[in-house]
Amino acid sequence: MSISVPPNTEQSSKGIQPTGWLRYFSFSLDHKVIGLQYLVCGFIFYLIGGALASAIRIELTSPISDFMPRDVYNQVLTLHGTIMIFLWIVPVVNGAFGNYLIPFYVGARDMAFPRLNAVAFWLIPPAGLMLISSYFINGAAQSGWTAYPPLSITTPAAGQIVWILSVLLLGGSSIFGGINFIATILKLRRPGLKLMQLPMYCWAMLGTSILVVLSTPVLAGTLILLSFDIVAHTGFFNPSLGGNVIVYQHLFWFYSHPAVYIMVLPAFGLVSEILPVHSRKPLFGYATMVYSIMGIVVLGLVVWAHHMFTSGTPPWMRLFFTIATSFIAVPTGIKFFNWVATLWGGRISLNSAILFSCGFIVNFVLGGITGVALAQVPFDVHVHDTYFVVAHFHYIVYGGSVFVIFSSIYHWYPKFTGKMLDEKLGKIHFLLTFIGFNLCFAPQHWLGLNGMPRRVAEYDPQFTFVNQISSVGALLMALSTLPFLWNVFHSAFRGESSGDNPWQALTPEWLTSSPPPVENWVGEPPLVTKPYGYGQSQLSKEIPNSFIEDKK
Amino acid sequence: MTTISSVDKKAEELTSQTEEHPDLRLFGLVSFLVADGMTFAGFFAAYLTFKAVNPLLPDAIYELELPLPTLNTILLLVSSATFHRAGKALEAKESEKCQRWLLITAGLGIAFLVSQMFEYFTLPFGLTDNLYASTFYALTGFHGLHVTLGAIMILIVWWQARSPGGRITTENKFPLEAAELYWHFVDGIWVILFIILYLL
Ligand code: HEM
Ligand SMILES: [Cu+2]
Repeated sequence: MSISVPPNTEQSSKGIQPTGWLRYFSFSLDHKVIGLQYLVCGFIFYLIGGALASAIRIELTSPISDFMPRDVYNQVLTLHGTIMIFLWIVPVVNGAFGNYLIPFYVGARDMAFPRLNAVAFWLIPPAGLMLISSYFINGAAQSGWTAYPPLSITTPAAGQIVWILSVLLLGGSSIFGGINFIATILKLRRPGLKLMQLPMYCWAMLGTSILVVLSTPVLAGTLILLSFDIVAHTGFFNPSLGGNVIVYQHLFWFYSHPAVYIMVLPAFGLVSEILPVHSRKPLFGYATMVYSIMGIVVLGLVVWAHHMFTSGTPPWMRLFFTIATSFIAVPTGIKFFNWVATLWGGRISLNSAILFSCGFIVNFVLGGITGVALAQVPFDVHVHDTYFVVAHFHYIVYGGSVFVIFSSIYHWYPKFTGKMLDEKLGKIHFLLTFIGFNLCFAPQHWLGLNGMPRRVAEYDPQFTFVNQISSVGALLMALSTLPFLWNVFHSAFRGESSGDNPWQALTPEWLTSSPPPVENWVGEPPLVTKPYGYGQSQLSKEIPNSFIEDKK
Repeated sequence: MTTISSVDKKAEELTSQTEEHPDLRLFGLVSFLVADGMTFAGFFAAYLTFKAVNPLLPDAIYELELPLPTLNTILLLVSSATFHRAGKALEAKESEKCQRWLLITAGLGIAFLVSQMFEYFTLPFGLTDNLYASTFYALTGFHGLHVTLGAIMILIVWWQARSPGGRITTENKFPLEAAELYWHFVDGIWVILFIILYLL
């Protein structure tokens, strides 16, 4: 029996998409459009999460609970944490920049599965809206972003269920994204491009996606069990029904510890792209950078129980997890020294992009040091669930990832739009953010060491003054958003035209026009085997002629 | 400048992209199965920990009957084999045979589900009775959900292979390969589940 294949009408209908600005508001399959959709959508959630953070800090300017009732405080705190992690950092450092850059870096016209890619993005806005609307309907979840039982089983169920559904959708989104990144990086590479010639961000995204695919499903399963506990009154995590809360903690942190690397590894990758360009030097120690990413992936998967030192963990387990955690300092330290060595002796142009990247390095080292301290059981027992922990993780997630997101926006904005951002506004933005950030979170180390607990709206009056300093810092951070927003909008219309490659960068996305054409490159993609070959003589053989002429 | 024609060109590029890499979709599916397997791994870990640290009644009180689950194991293992035959038949361009094996496989899957339902009704404990009961139903239920999805997938593939103008051919056998891979995965998980739940 011979069967003829009918023309696949479904696939050719891909072509009919809105063009121009409209496509950014449509179900587009173009990786560049999806990347910017992730970025803008994430930024809107960041503004919401930031407003909630301001509310928290206003409440904490006085030791009594006067600005909002206590259960509202708990809801605001939970929303803030959930939004910042699942709707801002994770989608932006992965989805936004990954989608925009990875196809360029591997020399492809799009991601491996364009349709899956669009689906992954379009899961996010409904999940976020659902999460936020729960606040207005029956009260949002109150048990913090960790949703520890028995608290999450005993607080009002409606908000918690919405929270679970929303996180499940977001988890699905990031699994789809992860699969897509792995397939794109490993399978869609342009012939002739070896793995060890890829820009560092590809490696970071490969590592991150492995973490996503291995750990997110465990969180999903755990939350499904938790929802059974709430809805069907099973007793998986309910001690009064014979369940076990510690098992929840193990499963939760099996995802949520790797989640911190899901937030910072892509940031590492982005910084590794930005530093060489603006210091005109090759990335120092490429191979060691790659190995340290993979080392972090492996170690990141086996250290989760350092979050449970005070949960009755047996001594052997504490010892194992202390040692494993401390080891992460090695690959991380390697990366730190490599970045510094990249900058060392370079021809650095101190623009906003590199300022934010340097800010990242400084903040991240501080956060890393307190992290190693926290890995030591006696110290952790002292500061567990105090503001010391809050300070530590904000140094990582804000001082690390958010600084890098801003740095990346300054770096790639000309690519996105073909326009330059205003440098003066950018520097004001940086100064306000850097000062505000350190003013807000550095004093919290002191608060924690002196015993101020986290997640409470009321505290001992002796902490009032330091909390007020911290709130002033938060205010500065809130203000810092204004010059940034003005800059981004104003430059989109009135900005100086950037040309195709304003930084004279060598990575492939710059070797096409800005903004890039729909097919990424007119004609064959260039084969870039030395993305960091600044100041190296063999350069001219690797880079297409048009680009060399452009550089003069 | 973006014009409709350049978008069309891009669409063509994309189509040729998947044609250049025929194994791309299978690679994606394997990554998905790794993720799915991690969900089960989490459940198994939870079950084993509960068993190790919580006093679970059933070891003392309930004695799980083995005949039905053993039958279920056999049903699934045989269905893996019949699916394999379906793939072989397709390669030999024997479309009719392929359809028959597909139908038999789906039938075996449905028989598994019926038999599992039957087991549920005869068990002396319900979902919320105790921790052991809850984990038992969560694990077998989650797996049953996979079998259900798999059976539906097989029926869809069978329908496609049957329909005139056939969407399943030796050139376009991805749907069949994907369903087969998924089905073997579900069977493999069942074997682990059977050992952990019934034999340990
Ligand atoms: C805009 C500046 C920010 C300020 C002023 C701020 C402030 C705060 C404050 C005061 C808390 C309460 C701590 C507690 O009581 O335990 C908190 C919690 C938290 N913040 Fe932020 N934050 C900011 C940005 C971020 C960002 C960017 C993230 C990204 C991941 C983040 C993630 C979290 C998390 C996960 C929690 C814990 C929530 C919980 O315990 O459930 N924050 N933040
Ligand atoms: Cu951790």
